[in-house]
Amino acid sequence: MTGAAGSLPGAGPTLAPDALPRLRARLADRAAERGLLDVAYRALETPVGTLLLAGTPKGLVSVTFDGAAPDETLGRLAATLSPRVLEAPARLDPAARAIDDLIAGRARAFAGPLDLALARGFGRDVVERLREIPYGETRSYAEVAAAVGSPRAVRAVGTACRRNPLPIAIPCHRVVRSDGGLGQYAGGVDAKRALLAVEGAALAD
Amino acid sequence: MSRAPFDALVTQHGARVWRVCRALLDEADADDAWSETFLAALEAYPTLAHDTSIEGWLVTIAHRKSIDVLRKRARLVVGDVPDRVAPATGRDLDLARALAQLPQRQREAVVLHHLGGLPFAEVAVQLQSSTDAVRRASSDGVRRLRVLMGEQP
Repeated sequence: MTGAAGSLPGAGPTLAPDALPRLRARLADRAAERGLLDVAYRALETPVGTLLLAGTPKGLVSVTFDGAAPDETLGRLAATLSPRVLEAPARLDPAARAIDDLIAGRARAFAGPLDLALARGFGRDVVERLREIPYGETRSYAEVAAAVGSPRAVRAVGTACRRNPLPIAIPCHRVVRSDGGLGQYAGGVDAKRALLAVEGAALAD
Repeated sequence: MSRAPFDALVTQHGARVWRVCRALLDEADADDAWSETFLAALEAYPTLAHDTSIEGWLVTIAHRKSIDVLRKRARLVVGDVPDRVAPATGRDLDLARALAQLPQRQREAVVLHHLGGLPFAEVAVQLQSSTDAVRRASSDGVRRLRVLMGEQP
């Protein structure tokens, strides 16, 4: 068989480039209806960077600052939570609004359910204490270490804050150094300063 | 070994799966079959054997789901020739109608190879046949399609 003899008569169908987003949105809806959407995600443009939000049926499970290049985080979520991961912006609209409200100073606490599945062991203990730091106030890493009952684990508290799976929603930005320095932040020091400024927290600069 | 996020499969193979569905169905039904294909795949994905060829797997599900829709539409029993494919326009309709009239083996080979883009060796794996047999079925199928669609052989 040679040349055109082996090819199909007619051009065959091709998918219009603008059709895929519509198909994907419908797939995400149906997957959720059938209980097959374990991890939904979307990007969110904010003044502190392009965020990646991910949620499970239980609630918002992950906030990261790599919304513009999310492959590594999505791979990690697939490995640790479930490979049933789909982009589903509409399903994360309420969480996106709640995060937006926090960043803009319109809300004092995250409004909506959180899934702490990615915070385990000591990290989970630290994250739980972070939720108790009042809006507009800060605590030192040493104070948080004392609060979790491991006063010498200051460095481990720093690591746990950096690995907080839900920054902004769970205020790890309110933990600063004992000498007044801001300390590190997953979203960068500028983002940390901006989040504290919106809250009107007193900063030693 | 961990799996890629399912979303990456949709991005990578979404157009391929749609080509398979649309070859057999009108546009609205093709959209449905596309969703059903990825839903079935999503359900099975976490327990899929790690050495599975993803494109072969998806294309085969897409063909099966499209046939399901065709049967539902035409109230077919297995082996019957559909008397009607839902209305569509242009040459793709001719292709859908002609494909539906091929013997099952030929249609499978043509759809998996020409629309799904699978090499004959992979088509053979999916259809549990030999490379030679599926190559022959595809070639016979294409020849038959030309006649059905009124092209000169």
